[in-house]
Order: sequence, then C-alpha cells, then structure tokens
Amino acid sequence: MAAVPKAESAKWKMVSCDPDKCTGCSVCEYICSLTKDNAFSTQKSRIRSLRLNPLVNISIACRLCSPAPCVTACPREALTQSEQTGVIMIDDDKCDGCSWCIEACDYGAITLHPELKKVRICDLCEKEKDGPRCVKWCPEEALDFVTKEVLSQKARIAVTKKLFKEALEAAGVKV
Amino acid sequence: MLGYAGKILHVDLTTGKMETEPLKEELAKKYIGGIGLGMRLYLDNSKPGVDPFNPENPLVLATGPLSGTMVPTGGNGHAFVSKSPQSFGVGEAKSHGHFGAEMKRAGYDAIIFKGRAEKPVYLWVDDDAVQLMDAKHLWGKSPAETEEAIRNELKDFYIRVASIGVAGEKLVRIACIMNDRTRAAGRCGLGAVMGSKNLKAIAVRGSKDIKVANQERLLELVKIQHERMKGPAARKYRTLGTPENVLVLNALGAMPTNNFTKATFEAADKISGEYLNERFVAKIIGCSSCAMRCEHIAVVPEGPYKGTITRIEYEPLWAIGPNCGVGNLDAILKGMDLSNYYGVDGISVGGIIGFAMDLYEHGLITKEDAGLELEFGNHEAMLEMIKRISLREGIGDTLAEGVKIAAEKIGKDAAKYAVHIKGVEMTGYDIRGLKTAALGYAVSFRGADHNRHGSYGPDVAGKVNRFKAEKGRGKIVKETEDMYTVIDSLIVCKFSRGTYFEGFKDLAALYSAVTGIEMTPEELRMAGERINNLGRLINIREGLTRKDDHMPWKVMNVPIPDEGVAKGSFVSQADLDLLLDDYYEVRGWTREGVPTLEKLSETGMNDMVHIVREASK
Repeated sequence: MAAVPKAESAKWKMVSCDPDKCTGCSVCEYICSLTKDNAFSTQKSRIRSLRLNPLVNISIACRLCSPAPCVTACPREALTQSEQTGVIMIDDDKCDGCSWCIEACDYGAITLHPELKKVRICDLCEKEKDGPRCVKWCPEEALDFVTKEVLSQKARIAVTKKLFKEALEAAGVKV
Repeated sequence: MLGYAGKILHVDLTTGKMETEPLKEELAKKYIGGIGLGMRLYLDNSKPGVDPFNPENPLVLATGPLSGTMVPTGGNGHAFVSKSPQSFGVGEAKSHGHFGAEMKRAGYDAIIFKGRAEKPVYLWVDDDAVQLMDAKHLWGKSPAETEEAIRNELKDFYIRVASIGVAGEKLVRIACIMNDRTRAAGRCGLGAVMGSKNLKAIAVRGSKDIKVANQERLLELVKIQHERMKGPAARKYRTLGTPENVLVLNALGAMPTNNFTKATFEAADKISGEYLNERFVAKIIGCSSCAMRCEHIAVVPEGPYKGTITRIEYEPLWAIGPNCGVGNLDAILKGMDLSNYYGVDGISVGGIIGFAMDLYEHGLITKEDAGLELEFGNHEAMLEMIKRISLREGIGDTLAEGVKIAAEKIGKDAAKYAVHIKGVEMTGYDIRGLKTAALGYAVSFRGADHNRHGSYGPDVAGKVNRFKAEKGRGKIVKETEDMYTVIDSLIVCKFSRGTYFEGFKDLAALYSAVTGIEMTPEELRMAGERINNLGRLINIREGLTRKDDHMPWKVMNVPIPDEGVAKGSFVSQADLDLLLDDYYEVRGWTREGVPTLEKLSETGMNDMVHIVREASK
C-alpha cells in the first residue's frame, strides 16, 4: 500500500501526552472505554496509561505513522489509513484478531478487544463533536490534540526557554 | 446492583479451598463497602476472643462500590479489616493506587482469608481463575521487589500486587500491607496478620467491565468533582501536600516533638512542605481515576542518602522527624523509604523510635541495651532502629511489639512514655492543646488516629476553643466520624473530603448513579452511623470498654512546656470524662459506652443485640 501524500499527513492531528504533566491517573482510559464500550475497562481503552516508576508516567495512543507499519503488517488487509485524518480504520469483517499489527506497532498503541477478539485503535473520537474525549477529560491537561508540526514547535520553544533561561529572565520575561 | 461485583471470595489457606458467595443487596446497601462491608464480613466470619495471629482470625480485603469506576479518587481504593495485633479490637486500614480498581475488574467485592498456609504462598487472582502460588522465592523480599517479581513471573506488567515486607513475615505488630510501590494500608498491624497466615501477596488482574447504572448522570457528577478538585478545595494536596501541616501545626504549638515532650520543633523550617517542594519534590502523581493528584515523590539530591526516591506525607515525616527530634530531611526521606522497604507503618515506627529515645534519655534503656546511642535527634540511630524493629534484631525484637506491649516487657516506668491509644501509636497532632481532637482520638475504634474523625479540623481552624473541654464536642466528633466512615466505605479519598460541598448529598448522588440503588443523603448518613456502631460493637465483643477510650499518660500528665499559645495545656481526667459522657450521650450509648437496644434498633442492627447482651452480663 502506498504512503499517504505528505501534504495530507501534515494536517493530521493526533493525541499526544506530555509526560511532564501526566500523573498516571488513567482517567483517559476510563473515559475512552466508557465512550467506546459503555463500560469502564482499562483493557478496552484505545489509549493506555503506563507508570514505569513513580517518576515516569505516560499515556500512549496511535501516533498516525505514515506509512503505517500496522497497515503493512496486516495479512488480511483489514486495516486502512484515512487520507483525511490519518486514522487507522479497522474492517471488523476482515480482522480475525491475529495481532500482527500489535507486533508491528512500536508504541503499543493497538489493543485486542478481550471479548470481540478484534483489534482496536484510537479513532480520535471522530463521532464526537468536540474531538477526542480523553483530551477533554484529562484533569492535568497533559493530553493534547495536535499536528506533528505543532508538537515540534512546542518542543522547540521549551528547549529554547531552557537554554536561554538566564537571558530571558534578564530581559524581564517570565520563564 | 451495578458498581458492585456481586461476589465475595473465601480463601481457606489451610486447605487451599476456595468458594464464592453472592453479595446480598441488603448487606451492600447497609454497609456500603470498604471498611463498612469489611467489618461486617469480619464479624460474621470470626469468633470472639481469638488471638490476631490465630489462623481462625480472618483477614478481609474489600473494595467499594465506586472502585473501578471513573469517580475521582473513588475508583481506586481498597480496605483491609481484621483483629488488630496492636489493639486486640477491630483493625482496619485503607490504601489507594491501582490495586482496588483491578480487584473490582477481576470481579470481587471482597476476599476473606482464613487459616494458615503450610508454606509461604501468594494468591493469584486472574478474573475467575484463582490459585495459590508458591512464594518461597519471594519470602524476605520488599513489597516493591515482590510486585516486580510477580509481574515478571506471570509476564504481565499491569498485574497489581498488595504484599507484605519482611516486617509482616516476622509478625512485627506495626507491619503494613503495601501496593503500587508507595501506597500502604498502614495502621493497626494488619501486615502481621497477613504474615501469620504465610500469605506474602495478593496479585490481581481483572478484565471485566465495570458498568454503571446511570452513565450520563455519573459523567455530570464527575465533571463537577473534577472542577472542584482543580479549585481551592483541594489546593493543599495539589501544592505543598500534607507536609503543609509542619509550619501550621508548629505555629499552633500542636506538633508533638521528642515523643510528646514538647509541642514545637526548632528545625521546623528545614522540614516544611515549602522546603520540601523547593529542594526535593521531583514529581506529583495521582492514583487511578484521581483528578487531584497529591502524591509527592521526593528525591534526595545529594549526601549519603543521595538518590533515595520516596513518597512523602506529613504523618511519617512527623513521626521519624520531630517526634524523634530529627530535623535532617535527607534522613527522614531515607527513613520513609526504609519503612516502605521493610513494610512497616511509617507513623507507628516513628512512634516506637521516639518512645525508645525517650526511655534512653530517662535511663530506662541503656546504651548496652540499645547497642547504640539513642538520644533524640540522632538520625543515624533512627534509621538503624527502623531496620532493627523491622527485622526484630536486638532491642528491636521487643520494640517490634509496639510501644504498649514493649513498655510492659521493659517494665518500671516505661508505660508513661508509651504514647498510644488502644495500643496503637499516636499520630502527629498534639492533642494536649486540641481537645476536640482528643475526644476523637480517644473514641476512635481503631486506636489512636486522626483519620477516623478529622476532629482536629475545628480545633486547628479556630472554630472552637481548642484548649477547653466542653459539651458540644461530642456532636462534632460524631458528625465527622459518620462522614469519615462513609468516605472509607465508598471508598473515596479523605483528601477529597472538601470537594463534597453538600456532604452526604453529593456522595449519595455518586452512589446512586453508579449502583442504581436509590440512596438518600439521610440513608447514607445513617449508614455512617451504623458502621461506627459496628466498629464499637466488634470492640465490645473483644472485651474493650470505656477504660480503653483513654489518653496517653503524657497527654494527661505532662502539660505542654513550650513558651507560646499552647503552654500549660493538657487533658485532665475531668476533661476526658466530660468529653466521653457528652459523646456517648450523643451517640445513644450507655455511660459505659455500649450502644443501647434503642440505638441498635434505630440503626437497623437488631441482629447485633446478642453482643450488647453478652457485654452487660
């Protein structure tokens, strides 16, 4: 399958977590499973929270890779990527839960629905009018719904502030 | 009956037999969950007068109806209940983190452990598949090491583990049960009960759905709680955390120092919440479902304890800090880390070390007895004593019994320096000058504790004359107790208590939205009253009486000596009698502190009449 044209993928927005702000509370998992499965279930959540140790917390959802290794890995062509949004769409009639896509994903962003035995991937809450609900409900505003360009801008600003902390403070800018 | 799993698991460790029974809706509504349901199940499954370490003494683990849901702070709690090896009355302790939610998802409201395994085991709960696993290789490991080893051997990082450390294995009477590395069901020595059963750990993995009765309504309520939790009602916990108390209590002359010798600490500035945040706190994290985040993770940046990473709270900070005369924060953080490593209650261990230092200063323990110089302020000795108590080494073996029993063993005047109530070591409020709190502490069914009543609140906030014992305090204590037992039964976090602006009304709304069981605010308040009576009834069944609603000797005999507002304050026998009489009357109890038949009938506990009758024989 050919990769999506670059011009399109630049507009895609994904759910991104700032580990400096994330407290590992897993509210994102609760609201995701409630939205998608009408129940609280961390395993059914399309975003997964992880505490590696008390100092390291993060939540991970689909990164909208392009080309997407999961799509390439699927032996049944059950996965396709939307050109418009980058969302990986799952054809439940074709998916048999073989989990090759799970293995192909470097981020652990794909889960196997424990009852349906079909894979589940973040769809950015396409049906919700105001975007991904995890972003809306995160109590720490650690989740953001952003393009990769905005993400890199943020990182650039943060690192520059850090590097030029003294100069900025001397100029009267609060860092 | 949504929210509840509807199932109780019985585990007989002697025979390895497991059984489940359904949770009846009537019992659920009356006793809610957490400590309420846990104490009721304890009562129904135990015989009176059994030694806490006897295999016949059950250990109950209970979640609440909100566990596993998105209710902020409500999703994650669990409670342990048993007979306490410290008070020989009812012992209960809660913990938060991720364990409780996982246990609910596995499908259990409660697990009741009975008997004693022949060899060390751990319980592995994988939804409906429950088995006892060999724990020989885990014996001697810390709770954090145990958690990691179990996750590795069962090959699932998301398994949640509650386990004991070496202290629990060695029946140290202040041993706790830890989960998620930094969280502890700390008080009353229930880790030792678990150790007496040769039960090293409980590992859970749950994949079941938690469904709620009214999803839309619940989300509305959760949204409101989220907003409140971001506001001033939870500011303290989000910013300085509980160590904010250091400077507040010190200014009030209400921070016990050197084992309740004084009530202010000269090095308070160097152990304050402000100082901690500036120099040590690296990250603030939250439990499952929480919208507040309170857990301050501190890292020691330099010196001999460099690299120590630990959770920090006021109570253990106070206990191994000011209560031992220690103002070295590096050492205090190391001490908290050690408490977690060995699995001892960070509050009680400081209470015991402060007691030992007091005895040393008064010549009741010599350098030869102790094997080290145990003067107040010696932080190296404090750290060494945490280890010796946890491992029962040398004098640590006697001290591992807790201050009350240790004082009996040491003899002479040692009991005067044993600062405890019902055998449980005091916590960090100097109740000599906080008389509403003094009453709350005296009547707490789990022994000395601020978390059974929170009645230091009106004292510290200046809503009452805190130096005066007077009628009316009984009502204040009763009301906060009834709220606190509901909080511990639902289970929500005490730190969130300020966000329920309408008290029982807010909590009842959450309960009904989750369970679908209609609960009025008054019914919920009544459940709180019922559960307080239940705690009292278990204690009465175990032989506790009015004389056990006592004050530590020092609180009654050594007036606060520090220059300042609290100088000269202490609790007299007349104060205590007045406070107890007032409280018992408000509670509808006899002058001996026994619930009347009318009170049992009013609270729907006619099935407990036999306990009261037995006591009056």
